[in-house]
Amino acid sequence: MTEPGRQGTPLIQLRGVERVYGQGDARVVALGGIDLDVWPGEFVALMGPSGSGKSTTMNILGCLDTPTRGSYRLGDLEVTELDGDGRALLRRYTLGFVFQGFHLLPRVTAQENVELPLVYQGVPTHERRLRARESLAQVGLSGREHHVPSELSGGQQQRVAIARAIVSQPKVLLADEPTGNLDSARSHEIMALLTRFNRERHLTIVMVTHEPDIAAYARRVVHFRDGHIERIEESS
Amino acid sequence: MLGNALREAIRSLGRNALRSFLTVLGIVIGVGAVIAMVTLGRGATQAVSDQISSLGSNIVFLRPARGFGPGQSIIPFKVEDAQALAREVPGVVWSTPVSLRTLTVVAGNQSWSTTVVGAGEGYLEARRWEIVRGRGFLPSELRAGVAVCIIGQTVARELFGADDPIGQRMRVDKFSCEIIGLLDAKGQSAMGNDQDDIALIPLRTFQRRISGSTDVDSIQLSLADGVDNERVLQDIRLVLRERRHLSANMEDNFRLVDSKEIERTLTSTTRMLTTLLGAVAGISLLVGGIGIMNIMLVSVTERTREIGIRLAIGARAADVMLQFLVEAVVLSFLGGTIGIILALTFSFVAAQKLAFPFSPDYGIVVIAALFSGAIGIVFGFFPARRAARLDPIEALRHE
Repeated sequence: MTEPGRQGTPLIQLRGVERVYGQGDARVVALGGIDLDVWPGEFVALMGPSGSGKSTTMNILGCLDTPTRGSYRLGDLEVTELDGDGRALLRRYTLGFVFQGFHLLPRVTAQENVELPLVYQGVPTHERRLRARESLAQVGLSGREHHVPSELSGGQQQRVAIARAIVSQPKVLLADEPTGNLDSARSHEIMALLTRFNRERHLTIVMVTHEPDIAAYARRVVHFRDGHIERIEESS
Repeated sequence: MLGNALREAIRSLGRNALRSFLTVLGIVIGVGAVIAMVTLGRGATQAVSDQISSLGSNIVFLRPARGFGPGQSIIPFKVEDAQALAREVPGVVWSTPVSLRTLTVVAGNQSWSTTVVGAGEGYLEARRWEIVRGRGFLPSELRAGVAVCIIGQTVARELFGADDPIGQRMRVDKFSCEIIGLLDAKGQSAMGNDQDDIALIPLRTFQRRISGSTDVDSIQLSLADGVDNERVLQDIRLVLRERRHLSANMEDNFRLVDSKEIERTLTSTTRMLTTLLGAVAGISLLVGGIGIMNIMLVSVTERTREIGIRLAIGARAADVMLQFLVEAVVLSFLGGTIGIILALTFSFVAAQKLAFPFSPDYGIVVIAALFSGAIGIVFGFFPARRAARLDPIEALRHE
């Protein structure tokens, strides 16, 4: 097990990132110019009260939203210079998402949900099947391939979502309150799973949470307040 | 990508099978109506031209008419006029004077009202009409005005049933004649009357026993195949004008109708009807397209979250657009196909009932199928674009 180093270039580099909604009197500053680096293989948690800017940061990192000002480098790409299709391709090949509400396609089996990113990557059917099955096995859901989400428990649904996020072998996994809809026991199972992928595969994880015991799984916790980074806490 | 989009579209439509079916009903009816109209229209046109050619090909009817101006009376034709036309106009094969009257004919205790035709020489030849039993008129019978007759199938059936009419006697008006021949069946004419409801007697017999004058009602001419109709018709006019002593400044006091012209009029009428009905069908296609657009918009709203998920895991706007366009096209193409099948079935049955030939235009069928697909593209475009333009964050938050 190699300790994820902070040497070399960061995988993610935010510089002076601002996000402003509306204009004039309705102007709301969601992010007031933040700097953040995430190195390859890191596990970072973003914390803060609602409206503090953590979710906005998450959306920008996930290329779902674009900064009003500032720079976002992902690997050697300047994301702010990309158009919608360019950002879509980053989401397709480089990023993986896990959401609080699972966000699985409701009437489609677990297997097909996991295959979906590979469909957009144009992976041939046969390979797609194998990789999706393997991915489900890694989250401990072998034998549940043909269940639709409504036949699975919340914890199982979130595992399907994790399988879907890792099946495309992304560089960064973005988890937006992944345990927010789960009880404590399920939450720790999910966190154990994420920690394992972080350790074993050096998968870089950025996670939003407001639960301190969940944030404790991360090596670094970034605290947000009023659209700024208040402090960064390192755990040993 | 397209293959996947197609599979997903079919699945997603299958999930809402009833709704999908109701949505495409407009297209089904629209395409069905177009195909049924065109197919039946073509059948009708063909039926009309078949019936006209059953008159005998290239026939001209001449009828006396009132000339233009006051004090004009109808001057009937004479047998000599028919003879002169045969003699003097090149291209005229047969020229036969015809008189007819509706009379009651009686045999045994059966009576029947039919058209009694006084036929001159060449009547059967001009109409290309065969005798299936017995014989035609002999030249001597035509000259002498003997009381013999040839009857059509309908008259034979009404008077004699299944019995052989040849050699039997039949009373026409006030005289009795011997049946010497039975005509082949011709069926309905283009105007819908029964051509087999007829009894032929020699023209001279007709003049002596029925009309009591040497006038004839009309002249039927048959023209040689491949002649210049315009020229022959012009020659006929000139010969008749001379025989009827018309000076250059007087109007024709007869009417001249050729079968080609009847055919043209009837086909253009049928064609116009087809076009009109086709336009009505086109409007229902438009309505069907709007139905598809409506349900696709509903579907985009319902599946906003799904669209958000797809965008988050790497679908481009174009991928989402393609997905919804394919769905709309599959929907409308499916409707079109159902419409085509229903229409062909319906026209087949209708053609049998109406005794039309069943003649589908496969070109139109293919065009209708492609067109229904195109409706999907046109009316699916707006909903698909709306889906593609969704903001992923908003879409994911949508309940």
